[in-house]
Amino acid sequence: MLLIDCPCCGVSGEETEFAAGGEAHIVRAGPGSSDADFASYLFDRKNPRGVHFERWRHAFGCGKWFHMVRSTQTLEVFGVYKADVTSPPQDILDRVEAARAEGRVK
Amino acid sequence: MTQPNRLDDGGVLIDRSHKIKFFFDGKPYNGHPGDTLASALLANGVKLVNRSYKYHRPRGIVSSGPEEPNALVNLGSDATHEPNIRMTQIELHDGLDATSQNRFPNLDADIGVLNAAASRLYPAGFYYKTFIHPRHAWKYLFEPVIRRIAGLGKAPTHPDNSQYEHTYAFCDVLIAGGGVAGLVAAKAASEAGARVILAEQTERLGGRLLVDDDAEIDGKPARVWLEETIAALEAMDNVTIRLRTCCSAAYDHNYCLLYERSGDRGEAAQVRHRLWRVRTARVIAATGMIERPIAFHYNDVPGVMLASAVRDYVKLWGVSPGEKTVVYTTNDDGYRTALALHEAGRTVRAILDSRKDPSGPLVEKARAAGLEIRPNTGIGKAKAKRNKLEQIETVNFDKPEAPGKTMYCDCVAMSNGWSPVIHLYSHSGGKALWDEDAVMYRPDPANPPRGKDAEAMVFVAGSANGELTTDAVVAQAAEIASEALSQLGMKTSAVAPSVTAVTETTTVPVWCTPSPGKAGLGGKHFLDYQNDVTVADVALAAREGYESVEHAKRYTTLGMATDQGKLSNINGHAILGKTLGKTMAEVGTTTFRPPFTPISFGSIAGRETGNLFKPVRQTAMHDWHAAHGADWEPVGDWRRPYRYQRGDEDRDTSIHRECLRVRNSVGILDASTLGKIIVKGPDAPKFLDMMYTNMMSSLKPGKCRYGLMNNENGFLMDDGVVVRLDEETFLCHTTSGGADRIHAWFEEWLQTEWFDFKVYVANVTEQYSQIAVAGPKGLELLGSLDSDIDFAAVPFMGMAEGTVEGCPVRAFRISFTGELSYEFAVPVSFGLALWEKLHAKAEALGGGVYGTEAQHILRAEKGFVVIGDETDGTVTAHDVGMSWAVSKKKEDFIGKRAMERSDLTRPDRKQLVGLLTEDPNEVLPDGAHGVENGKAIGHVTSTYFSPTLKRSIAMALINGGRARFGEVIQISTAKKKTIRAVICDPVFYDKKGERQDV
Amino acid sequence: MSELDLSLARPILEGVSDTGANGLKLFVQLLRGMVTLRADLSSPSVAAAVKDVTGSDMPDVRKATENVLWMSTDELLLLMPYGEGGAVAAKLGEALAGEHHLAVDVSDARSLFKLEGGAAREVLAKGAPVDLARDKFAVGDLRRTRISHIAAAFWQSGAEPDVFEIICFRSYANYLWEWLEESSREGSMPGIL
Repeated sequence: MLLIDCPCCGVSGEETEFAAGGEAHIVRAGPGSSDADFASYLFDRKNPRGVHFERWRHAFGCGKWFHMVRSTQTLEVFGVYKADVTSPPQDILDRVEAARAEGRVK
Repeated sequence: MTQPNRLDDGGVLIDRSHKIKFFFDGKPYNGHPGDTLASALLANGVKLVNRSYKYHRPRGIVSSGPEEPNALVNLGSDATHEPNIRMTQIELHDGLDATSQNRFPNLDADIGVLNAAASRLYPAGFYYKTFIHPRHAWKYLFEPVIRRIAGLGKAPTHPDNSQYEHTYAFCDVLIAGGGVAGLVAAKAASEAGARVILAEQTERLGGRLLVDDDAEIDGKPARVWLEETIAALEAMDNVTIRLRTCCSAAYDHNYCLLYERSGDRGEAAQVRHRLWRVRTARVIAATGMIERPIAFHYNDVPGVMLASAVRDYVKLWGVSPGEKTVVYTTNDDGYRTALALHEAGRTVRAILDSRKDPSGPLVEKARAAGLEIRPNTGIGKAKAKRNKLEQIETVNFDKPEAPGKTMYCDCVAMSNGWSPVIHLYSHSGGKALWDEDAVMYRPDPANPPRGKDAEAMVFVAGSANGELTTDAVVAQAAEIASEALSQLGMKTSAVAPSVTAVTETTTVPVWCTPSPGKAGLGGKHFLDYQNDVTVADVALAAREGYESVEHAKRYTTLGMATDQGKLSNINGHAILGKTLGKTMAEVGTTTFRPPFTPISFGSIAGRETGNLFKPVRQTAMHDWHAAHGADWEPVGDWRRPYRYQRGDEDRDTSIHRECLRVRNSVGILDASTLGKIIVKGPDAPKFLDMMYTNMMSSLKPGKCRYGLMNNENGFLMDDGVVVRLDEETFLCHTTSGGADRIHAWFEEWLQTEWFDFKVYVANVTEQYSQIAVAGPKGLELLGSLDSDIDFAAVPFMGMAEGTVEGCPVRAFRISFTGELSYEFAVPVSFGLALWEKLHAKAEALGGGVYGTEAQHILRAEKGFVVIGDETDGTVTAHDVGMSWAVSKKKEDFIGKRAMERSDLTRPDRKQLVGLLTEDPNEVLPDGAHGVENGKAIGHVTSTYFSPTLKRSIAMALINGGRARFGEVIQISTAKKKTIRAVICDPVFYDKKGERQDV
Repeated sequence: MSELDLSLARPILEGVSDTGANGLKLFVQLLRGMVTLRADLSSPSVAAAVKDVTGSDMPDVRKATENVLWMSTDELLLLMPYGEGGAVAAKLGEALAGEHHLAVDVSDARSLFKLEGGAAREVLAKGAPVDLARDKFAVGDLRRTRISHIAAAFWQSGAEPDVFEIICFRSYANYLWEWLEESSREGSMPGIL
């Protein structure tokens, strides 16, 4: 069972306090979008064996949504960051690259 | 009652000054405090304790610990009954009542043994090969018969009356195992200041040091060092030692389960089992080793045991399992058993050693004691008489075809080397490496299970890491503990003890002993005792192409019994490798999965049984409803009154009374469970325009508007009345089941998509009781209330705030019944007071309460949809005829883009219609399908007998239904019958809506 | 004209349970006024308004003062005598007029329990995945989490180390009460905290 650090309230809590919210940084396609873009927005989700950018909510805690980057294969966590951004912070991307260089993840 | 196999001396665990009476299969026996059920039965000369699963062969106790495959019993009876408990782990207590399993009518005369006579008919994969055809025979013939024969213990028939507990716990270092390695690690961790939990599955600390005390530690006898170390640890504040507690699992991110059997000793325990959910920074697995058996012809007869177990019984419990014992070993350690028996005054018939030239201190000691040693020799055959071992025949490894020597004996002590217990290392992905020299799987230090920061989570100490001698165990445990601690930024001041131990040479394992005589491999050489898997089965699986170790395991069921192959896996893999011509490393090993030993269902459930199994949410009027005959309808976690029963009237009588009371006088309904969400902020109008399909920004303060909510797929997900309290503040009502979901949905959009919107949301569902007052006499009722609100002046879809009968209320004039109706929101603490007042007034007018079923009928008469009845996640607002609630003006709202997709604008989509059966008394079954030309054209979504209209009514989603009013269609029912019904407008009553808007 | 009658207000359950285990006592606290305030907690005017209505300073992250609970990064729960919630919310509304916020009376939405005694930590540890060791969870600490199946929050507001106040949503009060009573049974403590 995962141990998750909430970047909003600072709790390091077990997975049962949190709710998973699927892939992060999906761009909403609204009225006026093409069928292809809209279908992709609704249905296309990554399911990597390796590094995954995800949304989580501290459902039983502070109630806040946030992002977590982890390996679905080894469950290594590369970092968490708040929900109100549209791309991951550089230091987390650097950590992912370092883990790739060391062969820990694909 | 004497104990014929109890030795005159020895047995460090037992208290000979007290006797304990216990029962096995109804027969009374004596034992001592400190005995296990296994040691006590062996002391009493009981050899036969079980029948095997498949062949019903007689079986005896093999081991002295958790690896026991044979000696499973039913323990207790009725409310304390527990099946499949290993005798080797049951502490004897007064009155203990155990019964044997898997036999009929009794152990000595079991009719299932006929299976063994027919065993040639049961090769590996027998079930897969046999019960394939004819297909339906599996369900009606094969399965019922097999089920009766198969199975181990008896399932309990009574509710369990024991108490079970859960607890969360946190520590820096969790040490699994209280043997010498665990104690050395605990000492190191405690002196480094770490928070330590030490879990030991037995009732004692010390592990094999209690039995094999031939080493000196820190210049002291091992026993003395042990006592001092335990005392030192017990004095430490930062160390928790739990006995009878098995570390069952090490899951992701070091979430570990401890299974504590604190109350299994007969007395009325407050807690029988406790499941610990431990989060630890590091695990030190000091879990020891398990000795391997040796496969030989009929190596399963009662009396054939592991050598280490025989030694345990002698030294720990003062029991010699046999009068005359043959030791069959492939290593030096087996000699310790021979010496222990010899020193206890029992006969060691011979030591058969597979090695050509055994040597070393232990061998020399045995020789000096005058014990007969036969090198290059094994047991070729064992023979039983009256269900117990009577004799063996030796075999010479160089000349297996030559007849062997017969030796009469009632016990065989076998040792085939040791397998480290690396389960905890393996549970979360740590890898194992085959060590060809040590002949064992050891944890691969390069591939540990890793935690969330990629750190190594589990460190393996002592013999679990493959160390065989006490000096190596202690040195390695101290080193690995300090490595684990340094990862935590801790440093220990503990100094590794110095040890002088006896040297030993390594095992030369025998995976299968040839039988003497021509047949060579004839007879059954058992690998997995519990599942009756033999060497021949594994070899057959390999020949049939099940070459992968995972396939061979499933095909033969090797290692798939409750013991999970603790004794059989390695031997089985070796046989697979030999048959395929592969090395052990090439064969690989199967995955260890938690739990290490089975844990009780009670411990998994904990306290969460009965009322605590699942929470039930109650409104302020819950007890009132119960006292007035309510039947409950579960809605989410809530319980709502479905109807109120009077006397023993039937269901329909109460429901129809409640319907007619609303149509003819006045009814009150507990609507407290409706979701209520406050949405406030300068951007609240803009936000709600996005969340609802209709326009909310145009709503005037003090007014109500019914709204629909889509998901992004364009399908309806919730509905409810929105009230604008002031310019910036809205109160959104949701369905009862939807409150938490919609609150979370609002928060999700605000936090993750429109985080620039200035909107705050609060879920106030639990703040208000909500009471609906509906019916033509509603205004009369309200007029009789002591209130500062002029109800007649409140327009339809309007609201007012004030005081009613001393209670602070908001009143909304909204209707879900089609009648003149108000809903009162009142703080929950006032809910019951207002309810009782309103109820008294309603009764005075000839009205009263109505429940959710009456509400459902009333709204169906009006053609109002219910989310979840008329919708199922694939239905749009247009489908249910509510296009009027979908804004054409708004540029965007959730689901707008989806509703433009061609599939959602097809004219032949299922559309909401009414159905009137040709026979007005016939009520359509819910969910029944409309059928046309053999094809389904839609289904019934709501169906009732309408007491108002005195006939049946139904709503349905029918393909292109709105263009088909007046047509008759066939509705197919489950009973292969069809019912004719006319498609019509779904509004059955008061089509103009005159009654609600007087 | 109808007058508001506070005596009509009743808690969903009342009682004290002396479970006997390690001197544990479990109370349902009678009605308590509560106001949810959502606002920018770093704003000086918000801190001033909170101080004005409660007399208390703004609590730190995951802390509780005597009458202000930190619930989230933009949310507080203020405590006051029952019946005053509406007035407090209104006063906050006035003080923060022109500043984006939400102040709402939620005095009836939750039930408040008090658990005291040496074993209180162990009772909570049976159902809450929280490290309750004395040096990890001390006076002034607050935690929103789950207890068994339900959402709850608990904190230590007083000076006593073994007195916990616990809130859950009101409809779950009977469940939590029974869970706490069951979990407080004599002889059922693991004895580790």
